[in-house]
Amino acid sequence: MTVVLAYAPGDLGTASARAAGSAAALLGARVVIVNATRADRLVDPRWADEAELAQVIEILDDAGVDHEVRHLRSGSLPADVVLEVAEEVDAELVVVGLRRRTPVGKLVLGSTPQQILLRASCPVLAVKA
Amino acid sequence: MDNISALMDGFATVVQPVYLLYALFGVFIGTAVGVLPGIGPAMTIALLLPLTYSLDATAAIIVFAGIYYGGMYGGSTTSILLNTPGESASIVTALEGHKMARLGRGAAALATAAIGSFVAGTIATVLLTLVAPFMASWAVQLGEPDYFALMVVAFITVGALLGRSVPRGMVALALGLFLGLMGTDTLTGQQRFTFGIPNLADGLNVVIVAVGLFAVGEALYVASRMRHGPVHVIPVEKGWRTWMKPEDWRRSWKPWLRGTVIGFPIGTIPAGGADVATFLSYATERKLARKHKDEFGHGAIEGVAGPESANNAAASGVLVPLLTLGLPTTATAAIIIVAFQSYGIQPGPMLFQTQSSLVWALVASLYIGNLMLIVLNLPLVGMWVKVLQIPRHYLYAGILLFGALGSYALSFSPIDVLILLVIGVVGFFMRRYGYPVAPMVVGMILGPMAEDRLRRSLTISQGDLSYLVTSPFAATAYVSILVIVGLGLWLKHREKRANAELSRLGEEIREESQSQEVN
Repeated sequence: MTVVLAYAPGDLGTASARAAGSAAALLGARVVIVNATRADRLVDPRWADEAELAQVIEILDDAGVDHEVRHLRSGSLPADVVLEVAEEVDAELVVVGLRRRTPVGKLVLGSTPQQILLRASCPVLAVKA
Repeated sequence: MDNISALMDGFATVVQPVYLLYALFGVFIGTAVGVLPGIGPAMTIALLLPLTYSLDATAAIIVFAGIYYGGMYGGSTTSILLNTPGESASIVTALEGHKMARLGRGAAALATAAIGSFVAGTIATVLLTLVAPFMASWAVQLGEPDYFALMVVAFITVGALLGRSVPRGMVALALGLFLGLMGTDTLTGQQRFTFGIPNLADGLNVVIVAVGLFAVGEALYVASRMRHGPVHVIPVEKGWRTWMKPEDWRRSWKPWLRGTVIGFPIGTIPAGGADVATFLSYATERKLARKHKDEFGHGAIEGVAGPESANNAAASGVLVPLLTLGLPTTATAAIIIVAFQSYGIQPGPMLFQTQSSLVWALVASLYIGNLMLIVLNLPLVGMWVKVLQIPRHYLYAGILLFGALGSYALSFSPIDVLILLVIGVVGFFMRRYGYPVAPMVVGMILGPMAEDRLRRSLTISQGDLSYLVTSPFAATAYVSILVIVGLGLWLKHREKRANAELSRLGEEIREESQSQEVN
């Protein structure tokens, strides 16, 4: 059994990691941490560095669950990357952080969690900071 | 004394709200492009040239001066926080600045860079105010062969020093000189290299060539190469109290002044522009540091303060030959000459007399731009870093569109856009194979001017070539070529060694961080 954690650095990411940890402990599953960038810009705040990933790993270690990191550079959208990984590992649950975004903002910029929520073929746990 | 009153008139012009807004716009855009690696002030001014035709000359020149200065400020931000210099004059800043940021002293590094730039920029502008009118009144006495000699000096030094290799720089220069020949000969009315195409009868438009080389070529180059992934920004602590501690002030003020003293003269001679000055300042600070010598290479504040002020002082220095002799010594200066020309103004010794109000407005706008930049830069670092989050394809697609639009707007002819694309492809291959594009633009701008001077000298002397070298000034200029090129190459060599050192240090850091990962 596998839980996929869609991770982006920040408080929300940390909260999602905690939620993923406890969910995986309940299910007795391992966690696959997914963090992706399209590498199309010089600075991408949603691309985690080693320290941030280490922090997530620590949280999951504390929860006592097995984990695996997928740190990916991919041309596709982050939502697609998460869904692909979920498909591949046959995920039981996808955990994603949900940020408040105005309808206009969603229209213009789109929303990664929304894509995941709508298109995932397994249950999705939405975490609010 | 009348210079002072002329300067005051300049201030009176510049403080009009409209011109203040133009200056703000200029420094804003300038800082943004300075922050972005791969986009420099030269490219930006070239792109904006066609769009500013509808402005009056003063407004356009104020915008360009703002971009020019802003670019110098912006480069330091990326150098310090990302270790990715935004423009060539900030490479040295990355040496110490990035180390400081890693030690959690990023705010102090940014502050000393910005305040140093302000101090140096202001002092250098004062020097410019004092020196330029003298230079101009002296330059009026120069004869035709003297001018020709000066232009040869500019050709050789720009060709030899603006790129990494001398032969390649010369090839680029020759290409530029050739493009400058195209069109109708001004003296005889003959058509040269027009290939029977009527659009070429007036020659190639310098703006199209500049946009093609700096913007289109560069955009294609980045599109083909820059695939490296995201870089991490070192966060900066908030609150102005942490910017500069008293000790930082104490350690910074001397390097600021020394940087100014080093930067301004180097800017005024055609020796490859600001990057040489920054390097020289860094070497000086390193030598002079007694107490903090061991800090160099590990984040010494002097190593940020000196080079950053040197680069801004050099930027003002570049304006001295530009305004008094009409000689561009850097790529950006060359584009500013094009801007002057597009308003029918010929930079040269007569500029201070014929266009006195414009020149003094420009100088006054430098003072004001400096003030704006320090206000804009320090509190808004977060915003400048956000600029780096713009996806590259949006940025470069925008640049291509802007460039095409601008060159179409020049004469509303689709042929111009085609020429732009051809030159852009040429620019791409030049970049790809390490040929500097700046000498090409300089060659194209100065070529026709030099040709004019040469032919007039030969008419005066009735074809006697020795007339070109008999005037004492011309003879001195030809001798000085050797000195300047020799000195410049020596400095470049030292700079290369420093760059090698820089990349070695970078390797070490990477290895360290990798070994930390394993633990």
